[in-house]
Amino acid sequence: MLNAADIAALWLTFKVAGLATLLMLLLGTPLAWWLARTTSRWKGVCNALVALPLVLPPTVLGFYLLVLMGPSGPIGRLTTELGLGTLPFTFAGLVVASVLYSLPFVVQPLQAAFTTIGEHPLEAAATLRAGPLDTFFSVVVPLARPGFLTATILGFAHTVGEFGVVLMVGGNIPDRTRVVSVQIYNHVEALEYTQAHWLAGGLLAFSFSVLLVLYTALKTHPVAHQLK
Amino acid sequence: MTSEMTQPITARFQLDYGSFQLAVDLRLPGSGVTVLFGPSGSGKTTLLRCIAGLQRAPRGFLSINGKVWQDSERGVFLPTHKRPLGYVFQEANLFPHLTVSENLRFGRKRIGKPPDAIELRQVIDLLGIGHLLKRMPDRLSGGEKQRVAIARALALNPEVLLMDEPLAALDYQRKQEILPFLGRLNRELNIPVLYVTHSQQEVAQLADHLVMMADGQALASGPLAETLSRLDMPLARDREAATVWPVTVIEHETDYYLTRVAFAGGSLSLPAIDAAVGMPLRVQIYARDASIALEAPAATSILNVLPATITGMANAHGGQSVVRLQVGNQALLAHITCKSALLLGLQVGMGVYVQIKGTSILN
Repeated sequence: MLNAADIAALWLTFKVAGLATLLMLLLGTPLAWWLARTTSRWKGVCNALVALPLVLPPTVLGFYLLVLMGPSGPIGRLTTELGLGTLPFTFAGLVVASVLYSLPFVVQPLQAAFTTIGEHPLEAAATLRAGPLDTFFSVVVPLARPGFLTATILGFAHTVGEFGVVLMVGGNIPDRTRVVSVQIYNHVEALEYTQAHWLAGGLLAFSFSVLLVLYTALKTHPVAHQLK
Repeated sequence: MTSEMTQPITARFQLDYGSFQLAVDLRLPGSGVTVLFGPSGSGKTTLLRCIAGLQRAPRGFLSINGKVWQDSERGVFLPTHKRPLGYVFQEANLFPHLTVSENLRFGRKRIGKPPDAIELRQVIDLLGIGHLLKRMPDRLSGGEKQRVAIARALALNPEVLLMDEPLAALDYQRKQEILPFLGRLNRELNIPVLYVTHSQQEVAQLADHLVMMADGQALASGPLAETLSRLDMPLARDREAATVWPVTVIEHETDYYLTRVAFAGGSLSLPAIDAAVGMPLRVQIYARDASIALEAPAATSILNVLPATITGMANAHGGQSVVRLQVGNQALLAHITCKSALLLGLQVGMGVYVQIKGTSILN
């Protein structure tokens, strides 16, 4: 079964993923809204930047983050200046890296949902005295619920599954940066296959259940149905 | 109606999309139904959207009831959500995540209800949607959706109601279901309506004031009867040309299944109408149903023979002349062949008799 180190890794994983998902929703919602509606010529560049982690090897992203956030990188100098120290090999650094790594999984479903809503409900809301912010919360958010559901689940699940970025930016420090995927790696390295099985099997079951819930929920979701 | 009490609507817009230009300068009445009529691409919807602020004309001036909503020279542009208007879209555009009742209250709870605001109950009764309140919009028929959309706009107690082809997406049956509600709305609430349509029938049934649009310009703007009978407008020369007279019921001749109605300067016999004496109605007379005689026919099966004066003549479609006549205080169009016009020697100013073969009651 799971030992104390495994449970600590699990707990840390969910803390990182939960916090990263929250931050991604906060950052990703305005970003996705802008991307869904802008006609700016920077739209293509921004779309490409957001999607980059989808195609980049996580080690590449992790490497650049390590350099940027390190003591001589621009972000590292800024955080040191602010008295926060440097981010690599800390919990905070892990969260920041996770946010960047999983952001497309949050932004893309939201952007698709916002695009699907279209102009009509927004115009109706404007003729019914709702200002832009009011319209966003009373019309856009409820209509984009399937998008928010997908974004939350995919963002969370993808963060749980990361490995390369974690290893580069976070390292392998118990209770601080040692998440489940790293712990599995440790077990395998130590030839503790039973332990590895428990964690790997758990992660497999978790990922499958999450996707299953997502697809069945969206199929019957009343708003999703109306948006088609 | 207290049209002289309320100030009219002034709308001036210039907008250039390259392939399409809008350039209008209109003064519209502050009461009754003003119909913006024209073919698709004539700019009538764009004009309505500019009035609503959904589209921003780079150069424009708009004032409603003395309040300026847009003045591009002074940099004034009131965003849509700050304009006290109601808007009915072609597709009802109800919020799919809200029930009918929540849709109705969406705008209403945002207006900070003024003391003289129309009661929600009154709006619901007027549109006959009391039994639909708990339903979701996807459980409504097209006609029901549009009635809810109209109620939702009226519940805002708007200073002007803008309607963009509200019936265009509906079939004939559904149109007939809604038209009486629009008539009632107009009689019972004193809210000026700007109504966009390309349907001549809706013009005849609803318009008090008519604006004819083509190629982004207003060709004509005036009271319905006057504008319909303008010989310089394509509508008067169209095969479906017609005039509309406001009349009131004066008598039922039950033995003959006839009803007599009075118009300004005379009376007409119509097939029996189920309407009380004194009831105001609209009668539509197609130009093809009116013929001209130089003398009062001594014996004719046509009941409605009226003295008239020719006030204008023009060529219409294929070999036809369109003649404008003054009957009492009403203008009437008659389509006759060019040959008849020549043989009768018709001239502007001549006194003639007009025979009306058929009429239709519009409400």
